[in-house]
Amino acid sequence: MKRTIFKNARLLDPASGLDSQGAMLVDGARIADIGPNIFVDAVQDDVHVVDCKGLCLAPGIVDMRVSTGEPGNEHMETLATAAHAAVAGGVTTFACLPNTNPIVDDVAVLEFVERLGRDVGLVNIHSYAAATKGLQGKIMTELGLLHEAGAAGFTDGGKAIAHAGVMRRLLSYARLFDTMIVQHPELPELVGSGVMNEGETATRLGLPGIPAVAEVMMVERDLRLLELTGGRLHFSCLSTGDAIEAIRKAKARGLQVTADTAPPYFALTESEVVGYRTFAKLSPPLRTEDDRRAVIAGIADGTIDAIVSAHTPGDRDQKRLPFGQADFGGVGLETLLSVSLELVHNGDVPMLTVLKALTDTPAELLKFPAGRLRKGHLADFILFDPDRAVRIDRDELRGKSRNTPFDERPVQGRVEKTYRAGNLVFDIETAPVPERRRFPDA
Amino acid sequence: MTSSQPSATSDAPALRLQHLLGIEGLSRPDIEALLDLSDRYVDLNRRADKKMSSLRGRTIINLFFEDSTRTRTSFELAGKRLGADVLNMSVGTSSVKKGETLIDTAVTLNAMHPDVLTIRHADSGAVHLLAQKVNCGVINAGDGSHEHPTQALLDALTIRRRKGEITGLTVAICGDVAHSRVARSNIHLLSIMGARVRIVAPPTLIPAGLERFGVEIYHDMRTGLADCDIVMMLRLQNERMQASYIPSIREYYKLFGLDHDKLSVARPDALVMHPGPMNRGVEIDSDVADDIERSLIREQVEMGVAVRMACLEVLAQSQLEPWAKNQ
Repeated sequence: MKRTIFKNARLLDPASGLDSQGAMLVDGARIADIGPNIFVDAVQDDVHVVDCKGLCLAPGIVDMRVSTGEPGNEHMETLATAAHAAVAGGVTTFACLPNTNPIVDDVAVLEFVERLGRDVGLVNIHSYAAATKGLQGKIMTELGLLHEAGAAGFTDGGKAIAHAGVMRRLLSYARLFDTMIVQHPELPELVGSGVMNEGETATRLGLPGIPAVAEVMMVERDLRLLELTGGRLHFSCLSTGDAIEAIRKAKARGLQVTADTAPPYFALTESEVVGYRTFAKLSPPLRTEDDRRAVIAGIADGTIDAIVSAHTPGDRDQKRLPFGQADFGGVGLETLLSVSLELVHNGDVPMLTVLKALTDTPAELLKFPAGRLRKGHLADFILFDPDRAVRIDRDELRGKSRNTPFDERPVQGRVEKTYRAGNLVFDIETAPVPERRRFPDA
Repeated sequence: MTSSQPSATSDAPALRLQHLLGIEGLSRPDIEALLDLSDRYVDLNRRADKKMSSLRGRTIINLFFEDSTRTRTSFELAGKRLGADVLNMSVGTSSVKKGETLIDTAVTLNAMHPDVLTIRHADSGAVHLLAQKVNCGVINAGDGSHEHPTQALLDALTIRRRKGEITGLTVAICGDVAHSRVARSNIHLLSIMGARVRIVAPPTLIPAGLERFGVEIYHDMRTGLADCDIVMMLRLQNERMQASYIPSIREYYKLFGLDHDKLSVARPDALVMHPGPMNRGVEIDSDVADDIERSLIREQVEMGVAVRMACLEVLAQSQLEPWAKNQ
C-alpha cells in the first residue's frame, strides 16, 4: 500500500479547529495520521515524502450548488469539464442541481447522473433530485425512492418553490427521511420580468428591477412553514441583509434552518452590471454595498452556514445578447476559494470560519463523508498558497463555459494541488494550460 | 454647399463623439454644440432647396428592431438632406427572424463599411452591445427603457428656441416614467442644462431610486404643474394596462390626463410637449394637443430632423480620422 507523508504544511481542519504547522500521513486512499507531532524524520524508507513548503493543507472543498449541462446541454458543460474546473478550484466533492434535460425527477435519471459522475472519477459527484415533478412546483417527486437512490437533497434548483401549500407538504414529508429541502428564495410574483437589483442603477440603465424584498418575503414565509411542519430547510444564495437577519432570528428560535451564499454576493455589487455586462447577470441579482456587507457579517457569525460556487455555465449565444435577453448565471468552481479568501485577507472572517463554510458544514448538511481531515477518512484535500497573487482570467478557466463575473479581478490565494482519495488530481505546475479561446465581451 | 448654407464641418470641429448612446455622460458644452448646429439646420430645412452634400459618399444604415415610423423617417430625411446614402432595415426583413443573433447582424452590417448606424431596439443596452461590435459611429434611436438621446436633444432645441434658454426653467415630465426612455434622456439633459425637473406620475409608474436623479416627485397634477414653464407629457403604454400599473384608462385620464383645467395651474405662458404618438383622451386632451398657443408637438417633429442632421454630421465627421487610418 502506498504511503505518503505531507510534511511542512500549515494544517487547517475547521471541523476540529486545527490550525498548526505539522504533517499528514496518507495510507492509500485514507488519512492515516495528522497533526503537529508526527515525527517526520522517523518515517520508514518506503514512505513517500512530499514537502509542502509551508503551504496550507486543508480538506477538499465540498460545493453544494453546481449546475452542469449534462445531461441535455453538454455544449455548456459536461460533468467531466465541470470536474476539471472543480479540481482546479480545490473542489473534491460537489452536488449537482436537478435542472438538467431530462430533469432529475425520477430514480432512473438520478441513477444515470450518479453513474455519469462516477465514470468521470476525478471528483465525488452527487446529485440533488427535483423537489417537484418537472420543476413545475406542483406535484412532489418520489422523495422516499429518490432519497433511497442517493439524492443529496431536494430542490427545484434556480426556481423557487412558489406554492406555499406545496412547500408545506415537502417540508413535512421530507421529515420521514431527514433530508433537506433547498429553496431558491425569490418570490416569483415580485421578480416578474426583473433582470437586476431594483434601484437607482436599474433605473439609470432602464432595466426592470427585482426588489430586495422578493428574497426576504420568501424566506419569512418558508420560515413560518418550517415552524409549522418541522423538517430541514436550506436557503441557497442569500443576497440581502433582510433575509439574513430573518434567518439569524429563526436560528435563535431554534429552527432547523441553514443557508448558503456564493462569492458574487460578498465580493461584488450591482455596479458590476453597469455597461450591461451579462456575465454579472446572476440569480438572485447582485445587490447593494449594504447587502454585501450584511452577507459578510452573516458568514462571520455563522448565520450563513456554507459558501457555494453557484456554478452556472452559460454558452456564448446565451450571454452575447442584450442584457434583458441573456441567461442568468456565472461560473464559479475555479474561483470559489480564491475569492472566498478575500474575506480572510480583508480581516472580515477568520480563515477557519471561511474554510468551514467551504468544507465541513456543506458535507455535514448533505451527510457526505467529506470535508474533514481526520484519521480514517478519505484523503480528499488541497494544498493552497493563501498569499499568492493572481488575476482571474476567463481565458485560463478550465471549464467549458467561461462566463465568470470575476474576470480580470486581482485575488490573493490559489490552489496548488488537489488530492482525491490520496491521488493527485490537480497540480498547478503540471496541469495542461487551457486552450485560449477568447470568449467575446459581455 | 453654398456659402449661405450651414457649414457643419467647419462649425462643429470641436465636438468629437464616437457614438451617441445616451445623454448621460455628455457634457453641457457637448449638448450646446449639438443644439447650435441643429439650429442652423432648422433654417436649412425651411428652404425650398434642402439638400446638402456634407455627407456625400457616406453610408448611414437605419437598423430598427422595433417599429417606429416617425423616428425612422426623421433619421432617413436627415441623412438624405446631408447627401448620405441611407439604407433602412427593419426587423421584418432582417435575418434576425431566421435565427441570426443581434451581434451577427451587426458584424455583417459592419463588414459593409457603413459610416453611421442608427439603431432602435426594444431591449435596454442592446445598442450599447452593438456599438462594441462595430467600428462605425452608432446613434441610439431608442433602446428599451434606457435612453432616446435624439428625442431629448430635439426637445431641448424646441424649448430653447421658444424660451431662449433652458437654464432656470421648471419642466414637469408627466406620465409613464417607469417605461420611458424619453423621460430618462430628458431628465439627464434638462438637469445638465440647469433646468428644474419635476416628475408627475402615479407611484406605480415611477421607477425605484428616481429621487436620486435630482428630480422632484409629485403624484398630483395640480401641485406638480404649479408654476411650470414646460409640461412634457409621456405616452402611456397601453400594453402596460394588463400589468395593472393603473386601474383603468378612464381613471388615469381623470387623474393624470392633461387638459386645460389642469394646465391652468402652470405659468400662463407654459408650453406643452409630447414625444408622440399621442393617446388622445388618455394622457392628453385633444384641446390641449391641438392648441397652437400652447402645444409644441408639431414643432418637436420639425426639430427632430434638424437635430438628427446635426448628430449624423458630428458622428460621421468624428469617424473620419480613425476610419481613414484603417484604410
